[in-house]
Amino acid sequence: MSQRTMELEVMRYRPEMDDKPFFQTYSVPCEEEWVVLDALNYVKDEMDRTLSYRWSCHMFVCGSCGMVINGEPKLACKAFLRDYDGKIRIEPLHNFPIERDLVIVQDDFIEKLESVKPYIIPKQEKPLSEGEYLQTPAQLKAYKQYSMCMNCLLCYSACPQYGLEEKFVGPAALALAHRYNMDSRDVGRSAREHVVASHDGIWACSFVGACSQVCPKDVDPAGAIQQVKFSSAVDYLTSFLPGGKR
Amino acid sequence: MKVVNTDVVIIGAGGAGLRAAIAVAEADPTLSIALVSKVYPMRSHTCAAEGGAAGVVKETDSLDYHFNDTVSGGDWLTDQDAVDLFVNEIPKELTLLEHWGCPWSREDGGKVAVRAFGGMKIMRTWYAADKTGFHMLHTLFQTSLKYSSIKRFDEYYTTDLMVDDGVCRGCTALEMRSGEMTLFLGKSVIICSGGAGRIFPFTTNGAIKTGDGMAMAYRAGVALKDMEFVQYHPTGLPGSGILLTEGCRGEGGLLVNKDGYRYLQDYDLGPPDPWPRLKAMELGPRDRLSQAFYHEQKKGRTIPSKWGDVVHLDMRHLGEKKINERLPLVRDLSISYVGADPVTDLVPVRPVVHYMMGGIHTDINAATPMSGLYAAGECACVSINGANRLGSNSLGELLVFGARAGAHAVEYVKTAGSMERDSLIEKQAADAESRIKALFKRSGGKQRVAALRRDMNMTLEEGCGIYRDENSLIDTCTKIADVRARYRDVRLEDKSNVYNTDLYQTLELGAMIEVAQTVAISALQRKESRGAHQRLDHVTRDDENYLKHTMAYHNANGDPRIEYADVVITKSQPAARVYGGAAA
Repeated sequence: MSQRTMELEVMRYRPEMDDKPFFQTYSVPCEEEWVVLDALNYVKDEMDRTLSYRWSCHMFVCGSCGMVINGEPKLACKAFLRDYDGKIRIEPLHNFPIERDLVIVQDDFIEKLESVKPYIIPKQEKPLSEGEYLQTPAQLKAYKQYSMCMNCLLCYSACPQYGLEEKFVGPAALALAHRYNMDSRDVGRSAREHVVASHDGIWACSFVGACSQVCPKDVDPAGAIQQVKFSSAVDYLTSFLPGGKR
Repeated sequence: MKVVNTDVVIIGAGGAGLRAAIAVAEADPTLSIALVSKVYPMRSHTCAAEGGAAGVVKETDSLDYHFNDTVSGGDWLTDQDAVDLFVNEIPKELTLLEHWGCPWSREDGGKVAVRAFGGMKIMRTWYAADKTGFHMLHTLFQTSLKYSSIKRFDEYYTTDLMVDDGVCRGCTALEMRSGEMTLFLGKSVIICSGGAGRIFPFTTNGAIKTGDGMAMAYRAGVALKDMEFVQYHPTGLPGSGILLTEGCRGEGGLLVNKDGYRYLQDYDLGPPDPWPRLKAMELGPRDRLSQAFYHEQKKGRTIPSKWGDVVHLDMRHLGEKKINERLPLVRDLSISYVGADPVTDLVPVRPVVHYMMGGIHTDINAATPMSGLYAAGECACVSINGANRLGSNSLGELLVFGARAGAHAVEYVKTAGSMERDSLIEKQAADAESRIKALFKRSGGKQRVAALRRDMNMTLEEGCGIYRDENSLIDTCTKIADVRARYRDVRLEDKSNVYNTDLYQTLELGAMIEVAQTVAISALQRKESRGAHQRLDHVTRDDENYLKHTMAYHNANGDPRIEYADVVITKSQPAARVYGGAAA
């Protein structure tokens, strides 16, 4: 097995003892097939028990281990050491308060997720005895991509708008709203509109597209936001037509 | 100490916990629910389930077929009343998930599609590409947000159950962001904390799967049932242990040895043709496939790799279109982690610890013998899985028995009457807090968490793997008892309060050691071979002596006390398990 020593510069912050964050360097003997998460686990087990970070599945589905690696928001379980030279700088996700070391406070995101009513709002409740709703593969495809979001928050870390204005509902929550709006079983779009189409919703997005670039699941939140902008604008314009809401 | 008064406390917010919470909220919106989890709900390990959930829905299928597959798949250690209930309920539960928005894969006409799975006579596994658990979990989590009575306590690590005169009255939990101990006083408690695969070194299970809930119930006096039955999934990626779903084989993937030979035909699973044939070859049950790997390895017909011996999973003939549509995550994981693209390459795989058939003893209402305490999902043992779970029965199990736990907890709360805070519970909570404080104050502890965990991991793999015998098991039991003794001198190096993962890993290790001991002792005492428990020194099934559930009871100072309980047999008398051409 071939090993090489990597320098991990890890941002540390323990609110009970540190005035401000600082970097701590660990020299870690790494296996060639490791990901950054494996190197952090080595530090935790063999070098420094006080380092804290979140992780669980190690297979890109739980979304726990988002961090900024050499300036890019990444999942630590999907950041292969083979793609880095000898030094790696690891920071907590940007645009969130640091709770401790690489652990960020995500209350704000959870509130935003809840605010977009991310669940099916049916036209009327269908009794179970009538079986499933029919949904063709084409209807499934209309929203499937937006259902792949695992809430890893890389997009919030990359989003310049969220960095400037934390009231912005943000990429993942807006993409999730769009996921339900596009679902053939759902009629809840108007119930979501007051959050989604608000000043802090889609219209705050400056369409830089950084969210879609960093998304590890190709959810394309930027594309979702553009689609919602278009349909909301159409709604607004048609409201002036005879029979419209205005 | 902060105190939260509530009607129902649910420990764990994965599939089972969320389903239980929704069941309580729907049954009685006036009841308060505290949903307590050491991770945010969407991080729960339900997200890692890939292949699907079995439920009878097609005209050619029948509930009896699903019942028979499950009972024989479990080598007749399943409780048949529980299986009966399960196969009846699961189609409704899966349909409910559909109404809640789960993106099930579809047939052209819009009906839910099904795929083949191991040990199942008929194609009946509902799936959402190869991310079924992920989509079920997010659907349940997002749906749970509709209910205002569900109050979540995310990132709270539960330490102890509170028990008053044999009645469960809540739990204590540490708020991870502050380190503050909180007492949850509840009229009933539902444990949905998942499995314990992390007791083994090579597992598909995420870091959080440390058996905390199992250990908590066990320490409080509830038996852990059938813990010797540990499922090895036949297709894990070498090195990382990442799962490649049985759906790979359900869609037509083949297993071949170093000669390119479909070796399963040598283990009563053939003939290899015509393919595909359900309940044969690659669509045999997981225990038999993992055992076949062991024998191929002994014969020198596996392929050596830097991460140990492997066989090859061949999906090349499925073509890129089908792989992208049905198995996109598998492709991503294989390319990223072992550099093999299933479209063009053979993918190296080996058996990997995946699932605990055993768990907290419950009846078919998800009730434990302790009043007020319920359990559901992988942490529980109902038992619908017996000696070997069939793939795609666990996602169904967490729905059916999660919902059932919720419904029965509601009934219990209605009769439980008012709840007074009493001095006994307050003393228990204070004791729980004192134990944590003692860990902080202890100086000079010599034992390192990582070293203890490694010793536990390695001895379980060496002595308690796919095949076991008396000597290997005695050795493992001795070593685990030693690890358990050394744990009393474990050293906490981080003494801070905010998100102290040194502390939580230390507590998780304590839980894992307790669980590991039940696995090894239960295995030592079961002197037969059944399902996933294979003894080289007792090679046949012994219904006369061991058609029984193992019940392991906690003993603070020594090995667990082992008792046995009857298996419920209703309509299927124990018989030989038949796979391959003979099963047609």
